Amino acid sequence: MKHLRRHLGSGFLALVFLFFYLPILSVVVYSFNESVIASQWTHFSLKWYAKLLGDSEILDACRTSLELALATACSSVVIGAWIGYVLANYRRFWGSTLFVAMVNAPLVLPEVISGISLLLLFVSLEQTLGWPQGRGMATMWIGHTMLCVSYVAITVQARLSAMDKSLTEAARDLGAPPLRVFFDITLPLIAPSLLAGWVLSLTISLDDVIMSAFLSGPETTTLPLALLSRMRLGLNPEINAIGTLIIAVVTLGVVANSYYLMKREQRQARHLRMAVLNTSSEGRVAQSPPT
Amino acid sequence: MARTTQPFYQRALLRWMPGAKGWAIGLPFAFLLVFFMLPFLMVLKISFAESTMDVPPFTHLLVLGQDKLTVLLNFESYLTIVQDDIYFAAYASSLTVAFFTTFFCLLVGYPTALLIANARPALRNLLLMGIILPFWTSYLVRVYAWIGILKDQGLANRLLMHLGLSDTPLALMHNTFGLYVGMVYSYLPYMVLPMYAFLVKMDASLPEAARDLGAKPWEVFFTITLPLSLPGMSAGCLLVFIPSVGEYVIPELLGSSQDLMIGRVMWSDFFNSIAWPLASAATCVMVALLLLPMAWFQRVQNREPQAL
Repeated sequence: MKHLRRHLGSGFLALVFLFFYLPILSVVVYSFNESVIASQWTHFSLKWYAKLLGDSEILDACRTSLELALATACSSVVIGAWIGYVLANYRRFWGSTLFVAMVNAPLVLPEVISGISLLLLFVSLEQTLGWPQGRGMATMWIGHTMLCVSYVAITVQARLSAMDKSLTEAARDLGAPPLRVFFDITLPLIAPSLLAGWVLSLTISLDDVIMSAFLSGPETTTLPLALLSRMRLGLNPEINAIGTLIIAVVTLGVVANSYYLMKREQRQARHLRMAVLNTSSEGRVAQSPPT
Repeated sequence: MARTTQPFYQRALLRWMPGAKGWAIGLPFAFLLVFFMLPFLMVLKISFAESTMDVPPFTHLLVLGQDKLTVLLNFESYLTIVQDDIYFAAYASSLTVAFFTTFFCLLVGYPTALLIANARPALRNLLLMGIILPFWTSYLVRVYAWIGILKDQGLANRLLMHLGLSDTPLALMHNTFGLYVGMVYSYLPYMVLPMYAFLVKMDASLPEAARDLGAKPWEVFFTITLPLSLPGMSAGCLLVFIPSVGEYVIPELLGSSQDLMIGRVMWSDFFNSIAWPLASAATCVMVALLLLPMAWFQRVQNREPQAL
């Protein structure tokens, strides 16, 4: 009975993972397919990758997307970390309920809503202030930053809340001015969450379709927008090739990150074991060994 | 000492200038107000404007002319939404699709999260990575991949015909089936990840105690695990339900052209018919519909800050 249940569980998980990975695998496999009819396998070929290299529309869109994503990641981390800092350090202030609501809402708000509203804001601003002139990189940058700041804010807030408050208090007691405390103590401690927020913002921006559709101008097309307009026309093996490249980069990143986390966990466990050993054998509180 | 030598206006300015805390809170607050709150007010404003052929394609609400300020509120857009069956059908179908997507995600996501949380720690990390990996991969490419699988000569149909289960290709996309496959596929990680985060933190001694006292596995599940995981469930459900109401890409690529979800209607109002006031009014109605679930999400999020 117990065995049966375990097998049922494994079988269920296997099915879920098949559901998750079958589409991804099919993209990878068909990207190496020679046939123009995307679902008919003929033989192995790299011609879609070669075609990709000569496709200036896609290459331009790639460059736009990358520039936009880098700018978005940087601005989101700065603003998001600031918001996270406020959330973690000041619990109640004038308008705090509204503040928290404005941070949480973008996490779930359908993008069509935020896209339309930001576009209308920019149009009205252009009418009254003369800025921004038309739509393009700048408007998309602001839009993408709005998509990402909440994620960064929540990550940083979680990290700050878990942080030992006595560290900053000690620094302040010893006479460090607030900015020094922030740069010398707080910033190094939240650095991992900043990096996580940066990478997350980068991927959100690279992946975004709807916000870009509303806020892009006639000359700026991001990669997802270019891909969407081709997908509307039907299957296109070049999309498989670019999809495979994206999948390869993401897989490398995620695997490397997981490996790093696993190693760190093992190292911490080893330190803990050694500390315990030292304590029991020498009867005193041991210091953790150097890394 | 230095203060008293300052001229009075500087002292007054200093008193009214916010301190360090004021700046720390005020700047991001202002940013959010300008780029999150103000846009909504703009949408609200334009939803009461009249559609025109100008650039931008709507009228002003406040008109100053001949010594009088006129406020022109046009309710035409809202009337259209109430009277036109397309809008009612679109809102209804969006809410239905979002509801069933959430339901299917819960049905698949809950056991997945539970099984991962109960796995051996080494395997657990691997499985978790397996859930996160597609989540980081381009969402557009993953939805596109389903076209290759579900279309008439796609993988699924060829497999079915090869196995002799069907003689003719089945219509698997551009209908409700294709829509749900795409929706559940894309939103499942949003259910699994917060559920997992909740289940893995749950005190394992409670179900153990129940088991030791002779409770059957299903009794343990229904009387202990399920009630204790309700907050995780509500977080996951809201993370799936609210965004899927406004989904555009999946219905566009995998759904039928007949059943329009509100995201698609708004999109075509905006880009194809250039009816901005109408699209704005539709947005306002949508925000109003989502206000309750959003408030609920806000409560869940505050109670469990690390849910995401």
